[in-house]
Amino acid sequence: MKIRFALSAAGLLSLAALPAHAQIEIQLWHSLIAVNNEWVNDLARDFNASQSTYKVVPTYKGSYDETLPAAVAAFRAGTAPHILQVYEVGTATMMASKGVAVPVGQVMKSAGIPFDPAVYIPAVASYYTAPNGQMLSLPFNSSTTVFYYNRDAFRAAGLDPNKGPATWPEVALAAAKLKASGHKCPYTTAWQGWTQLESFSAWHNIEYASQRNGLGGMDARLLLNSPLHLRHIENLANMAKQGLFVYKGRGNVPEAAFVSGECAMITTSSGFLGTVRKNAKFAHAVAPLPYYPDVHGAPQNTVIGGASLWVISGKKQAEYKGVAEFFKYISNPEVQAASHKRTGYLPVTTVAYELTEKSGFYKDNPGSEVAVTQMVRKVTDKSRGIRLGNYPQIRNIQDEELEQVWGGRKSPKEALDAIVQRGNELLEKFERANRR
Amino acid sequence: MEKRAVFRSRWLPWALLAPQVAIIAVFFFWPAGQALLQSLQQSDAFGTSVDWVGLDNFRALLADQRYLASFKVTAVFSILVAAVGLSLSLALAVFAERIVRGTVIYRVLLIWPYAVAPAVAGVLWLFLFAPSVGIVSYGLKAIGFSWNHLLDSDHAMALVVIAAVWKKISYNFLLFVAGLQSIPKSLIEAAAIDGAGPWRRFWTIQFPLLSPTTFFLLVINIVYAFFETFAIIDASTQGGPGSDTAILVYKVYYDGFKAMDLGGSAAQSVVMMAIVVVLTIIQFRFIEKKVNY
Repeated sequence: MKIRFALSAAGLLSLAALPAHAQIEIQLWHSLIAVNNEWVNDLARDFNASQSTYKVVPTYKGSYDETLPAAVAAFRAGTAPHILQVYEVGTATMMASKGVAVPVGQVMKSAGIPFDPAVYIPAVASYYTAPNGQMLSLPFNSSTTVFYYNRDAFRAAGLDPNKGPATWPEVALAAAKLKASGHKCPYTTAWQGWTQLESFSAWHNIEYASQRNGLGGMDARLLLNSPLHLRHIENLANMAKQGLFVYKGRGNVPEAAFVSGECAMITTSSGFLGTVRKNAKFAHAVAPLPYYPDVHGAPQNTVIGGASLWVISGKKQAEYKGVAEFFKYISNPEVQAASHKRTGYLPVTTVAYELTEKSGFYKDNPGSEVAVTQMVRKVTDKSRGIRLGNYPQIRNIQDEELEQVWGGRKSPKEALDAIVQRGNELLEKFERANRR
Repeated sequence: MEKRAVFRSRWLPWALLAPQVAIIAVFFFWPAGQALLQSLQQSDAFGTSVDWVGLDNFRALLADQRYLASFKVTAVFSILVAAVGLSLSLALAVFAERIVRGTVIYRVLLIWPYAVAPAVAGVLWLFLFAPSVGIVSYGLKAIGFSWNHLLDSDHAMALVVIAAVWKKISYNFLLFVAGLQSIPKSLIEAAAIDGAGPWRRFWTIQFPLLSPTTFFLLVINIVYAFFETFAIIDASTQGGPGSDTAILVYKVYYDGFKAMDLGGSAAQSVVMMAIVVVLTIIQFRFIEKKVNY
């Protein structure tokens, strides 16, 4: 009798103990493919191996602009993931949707894990910080815009392959020489809105939108039809007319034309470096974004792209603890430095940057530091970052209008005015919809 | 003679209709009702706050110049897709009818594109016409024609029309072939004996007798161009250059699924629903009169 009792008690105990041993699953939805997909899987694997209570399960949910709608649908159906990777363009949408996300600081605090937003590179941290000073999401994979050029093509055109063009006039000169040497596409650009308008504004320390480029509040309006913006778009339009700048499409589509060797120079994301290293069959180099030398205060710093991790509301306390533990793990300077070296994304904390520098990585891998040095600077109110509502649509408007400039059907002034007018309509709409 | 079947039972006709009604209710009336409701609402992306805004979404649409321009783009696109698609597939069907040997092979080959998903069709043609690497644009360049659908609206429109027509051509072809086969051979032979050539026989006998098929395909193709082509547009031009290939349904898709403006997107789909209802009524009232069944 006693034995039986003891046995059943033991049985009950082991039953009760089971849930404690069962791992708590943390869902992570992301948009990283190929090399970067392996990276996020490895992060989760290493974290899962480092402890036994939680299990992070990363899931690829499509491109950035597919993942966010997928999460929206899941949230409405009550099946949202714990962690959601959202691209920088969707940041304002996330911030404005009250009650959808739990601020990352709060998640860490209730888990009893110290969290200091000050360790992040200023331009990165401020981007994900709400006007009330609270950091809402965890910076994850950040990139910025840089300039790539084909050194072999430069050599063939009689240009110095060791020195990229530093200014826009130099870009035009180099393009003319490349064209004279038979290059059909001397210069192209990917992400035209991001590189030629956003980064351009911050790099020249001029306002892109009011309210500190939207970081200050939802009543921000576009200001990107200033004389300097106009001068730049006119310059590019002239280059297009002379065949020095060749338009190759929206988004990252033009990148293929650089890797294939068709285009000799390109402005695009720093995250493109890994692809160039792997696939380009020519000597290449990275240079800082060009600027206009007569503009006072240029070059300043460039704005970030990439994505951050958002914690979705409505989950269990124990699960949030797991999220916090995972965030603690990926915020570890060694892990961050390793991620930076591996992916070409920026080191998001100053410590990780210093660690990478100390390891001699930048000396062995020239080009990797260009993006970092463009970002690791003291930022101004005009260069801190750009965060606007309805931003995916505004980017689309920029594509539509700029295409008409390159096609010669609209003057640069008409196009920029149209971007401002159409963009502001969307910003007003966003403000109305989210003011409540 | 009474052509209709008369049911004595009161419930039997309803029971027989029920499966069809259930399917229409679930896959048409329910979503259409949802769209109607949402078109009167304004909400943030995650649906945490929903406001009833009455007809605001519609007013915003009508005030939007580019939305009105999109009507013109859609009209051009649909007319081109229907006209080019129907005439091309009719020509193919007539030729396939005249083939004596290997009929089956030709028909099977012509039916193949129907099995291709719209997005794949878009990408396929995009590759062929890619300005720097596409084989067609390469060929065009060789004969002195510079193809660039990234910046030239006419080229972009041509590209999406070609892809959309190609995708639908098998379906049209199949129905035209069936239609041609149902025309009694004796009529054509009689005309031939009377001395009518193939051209005259086609216009005086085959074409009029095909009119039910042509009419049906016209309705189907217009609806296809209106609703089912967004994947082709998205995969090939994304509405560009500018918004010169952004047809109405692409805007519905973009605003709803990419920009997450559900209210505006729903309002647009309600407008589209109305357009198609009106178009179909016009087609049945006026064009159908010219059809001989």
